[in-house]
Amino acid sequence: MISLLSTLLNGLSLGSVYAIIALGYTMVYGIAKMLNFAHGDVIMVGAYISFVAIFYWGLPPILGFLLAMVVCTVLGIVIESLAYKPLRQATSLAVLITAIGVSYLLQNSAQLIWGANPKAFPAMFSLPDASLFGGSVTISNNTISLLNDQLKISGNMILTILACVAIMVVLTLFINKTKMGKAMRCVSEDKGAAELMGVNVNLTISLTFAIGSALAAVAGVLLCASYPSLQPTTGAMPGIKAFTAAVFGGIGSIPGAMIGGILLGIIEKLGQTYVSDQLGDAFAFAVLIIVLLVKPTGLMGKKVHEKV
Amino acid sequence: MKIRKLFAAVLALCLAACMIPTAYADDQIVIKVGVIGPMTGGAAVYGTAVARGAQIAANEINAAGGPIRIELDIQDDEHDPEKAINAYSTVLDNGAQMILGTVTTGPCLSVSAIAFEERIFMLTPSASATGVTEGKDNVFQVCFTDPGQGIAAADKIFEMNAAAKVGIIYNNADAYSTGIKDAFVAQAAALGLSVVATSSFSADSNTDFSVQIAACKDAGADLVFLPIYYTPASLILSQSNAIAYAPTFFGVDGMDGILTLEGFDKTLAEGVMLLTPFAASSQDAATQSFVAAYAAEYGEEPNQFAADAYDGIYALYQACQNAGITSETSAEEACELLIEQFPTLEINGLTGKLSWNATGAVTKDPTVYVIKDGAYAMVE
Repeated sequence: MISLLSTLLNGLSLGSVYAIIALGYTMVYGIAKMLNFAHGDVIMVGAYISFVAIFYWGLPPILGFLLAMVVCTVLGIVIESLAYKPLRQATSLAVLITAIGVSYLLQNSAQLIWGANPKAFPAMFSLPDASLFGGSVTISNNTISLLNDQLKISGNMILTILACVAIMVVLTLFINKTKMGKAMRCVSEDKGAAELMGVNVNLTISLTFAIGSALAAVAGVLLCASYPSLQPTTGAMPGIKAFTAAVFGGIGSIPGAMIGGILLGIIEKLGQTYVSDQLGDAFAFAVLIIVLLVKPTGLMGKKVHEKV
Repeated sequence: MKIRKLFAAVLALCLAACMIPTAYADDQIVIKVGVIGPMTGGAAVYGTAVARGAQIAANEINAAGGPIRIELDIQDDEHDPEKAINAYSTVLDNGAQMILGTVTTGPCLSVSAIAFEERIFMLTPSASATGVTEGKDNVFQVCFTDPGQGIAAADKIFEMNAAAKVGIIYNNADAYSTGIKDAFVAQAAALGLSVVATSSFSADSNTDFSVQIAACKDAGADLVFLPIYYTPASLILSQSNAIAYAPTFFGVDGMDGILTLEGFDKTLAEGVMLLTPFAASSQDAATQSFVAAYAAEYGEEPNQFAADAYDGIYALYQACQNAGITSETSAEEACELLIEQFPTLEINGLTGKLSWNATGAVTKDPTVYVIKDGAYAMVE
């Protein structure tokens, strides 16, 4: 029982990281209708920026975090205007391949700047030590212990889940309630018609990338806070898993990305614990295949009727 | 007209290429060594360490002004077997007489097969699978073979009586890790050492180790053997700490480097044991001067890959001297001469006293260190 609970918690912890990455993926896909495979690498850049700010320059973690968001936002806009904007009228395959190219460019640039040696990410956030409910819940070493110390929940996991929910709510409100959000929904539905209605399509897409990349910086910092190892390829695999999570939840759907991410993490950990620890990745990607076969729109995706 | 211009340009380039060696003193022999390894991509940390370690050895030899100058031609294989073959052709086209490489096992298997047929001598600093040298008289290793390390680790744990129950976490997508683990398990069984949990991860999902750590913890392992590199090991240490699981962790040469991992909380590594032929914090004079030269040149502490490459260049230097290889010796001739020389060599290197048998495997003595107060200490 304890073992099952702790597996579920481990899954939740991993899943919350996938979820926060998947939010950025799904947002860009939902509006710009392109898969930004470089998203995972923007995450890596965000993590490096905060590492440099905190570890080399000695800035407080919160400033390092904000700096990473600013740099990634700018990076996202630059990538969009240099690599994707010229391909606005091109086939989606051309854009996809460009995204993979951007991904390699970012990885190798990071290696050039920060070297290939992995870095251990410093602890950024910690919970205060405390003892609650007559000692049945204790917090120490940034870990919450329950049930006589048998069950442990890391502080980073709680932070990641809170951040994930907050981002999901803010994004949903932004897209549904603001003028810019309305413009985004228009562009997502029909670029041509939106343009005729006076929506600045290019600006809207650039803004989408800016927001997506700022989210990537948040994800990068939270990813490395939970799993403190940083190297130029850090973002690649979580990026692909998060893509799977986004498809699972219904690509384009913001609550779907969060649910998909968390479920994917739990499925992966359950499979690893109870079936075979060699097959963790296989379970994650089997989910992708099954979803594509059975319900291609994902858990919360909406069906789009193509008019002939 | 165009063709002629092109022809002239090619001719000029050829001339320029031929002119370079004469820039040095006439009586000095110049030996060209091709260095192949991953200088970019995910395995770049190993390739760049080898290139840098080799460069430091070559600089030392050249600065000493002996009869032989060593010239390195460093080519990137991106840890890809096909690109490694391109790199191999490039170094030979550039006139390499022998090869220090390749760094990683996968590419080394493909390059060594071709080098065997074409009779080119290879000394790999770090590709440790037995398949690299097996059946090839022209390939030698500076590093231990994987089974050699696994057996030595099981022996040491047994001798020190360090564990009642052993757990293992290894990388099942890595020949190095599985090779050590298989030999370790076999030797442990022979010695009567009880292995209670064997858990694995794959190269691509190496961030979350909760399942693997739980498997060892639930089985009651009091020693966890980690035949893996220090990056995943650092995560295992911090995630074990988070759930208050504190067995003895026992690593192999891949664990060396954990203390210099930037940003790593060294208190997590307290009490970790490792079996390695090279330790950068060793007080030995040769190691100290190498570490200082490396830090001055590249601003970081060398790892075992750099040390193996450094020893490799000295071994090649010694063997070339003994065999009387000159600037004019062709790669094929050099290969046969070096094959004869290597089993007779004895090198006092950074990674111990090295000697080779005719199969290409190296003999050297690994030491067990324990991490105490953030530094390596000898185990009594």
